[in-house]
Amino acid sequence: MILGTVIGRVVATTKAVGLEGRKFLLVQPQDEHGHSNGHPVVAVDTVMAGLGDPVYMVLSREAAQALDPWFVPVDHAIVGIVDQITVEGAAT
Amino acid sequence: MILARVVGTVVSTIKHPAYQGLKLYAVRRLDAAGEAVGESFLAVDTVQSGVGDTVLVLREGTGLRQIFRKEVLPIRSAVVGVVDNVDWARFRACQE
Repeated sequence: MILGTVIGRVVATTKAVGLEGRKFLLVQPQDEHGHSNGHPVVAVDTVMAGLGDPVYMVLSREAAQALDPWFVPVDHAIVGIVDQITVEGAAT
Repeated sequence: MILARVVGTVVSTIKHPAYQGLKLYAVRRLDAAGEAVGESFLAVDTVQSGVGDTVLVLREGTGLRQIFRKEVLPIRSAVVGVVDNVDWARFRACQE
C-alpha cells in the first residue's frame, strides 16, 4: 500500500464492464513526509474520500478485492483516509 | 519477503473494513549495508513490531489471505517478522 493525496476527480462515461457506478479519483502518490513520488494515478474510491484528502491506496490485484463484487478490472483503490502520520516521534 | 525498517505509523479513522483494528506502518527497504533506501510504502503489522524495528515484509496478497484466513482481502503488504539479527559479515566478506 502507498500514501497519496487526492488531486482531482475523474469522470468517464464509457468504461469497462464492472466499473459502472464507481467513483474515480486522481491521486498523487507521496512518501511519509508528503513529498511526491512519481506520476498521478487513477484510483477507485471505497471510503468517500474528497479533493485534498490524504489517503492510502492498495495496488494491483488486491485493489479489486476492496470492491464488492471484486472480480473487476481495477488496479488502484483508496482504502483509507489518513488522520496522522508519525515519523520518528514527529507528526508530518 | 524483503528486509525493511519501520519508519513511521499511519493513523486513520475512515478506512475499508478489512483494515479495522490493524496497525499500519510506513516501512522502507534495507540495502545490503543495512541502510533504509528507496521509496517508503505501507504495511500492516501482524507480529507486534514497533517503529525502528528491522522487519520482514511480505509483499504479496495471497500470502496475506492465508495469514488472515480470508478468501478476499484488499491488503498487499504486511510485516510478518521482527528480525533479531542479520549476519551481514559473510556477505561483506564476499564483497571485499
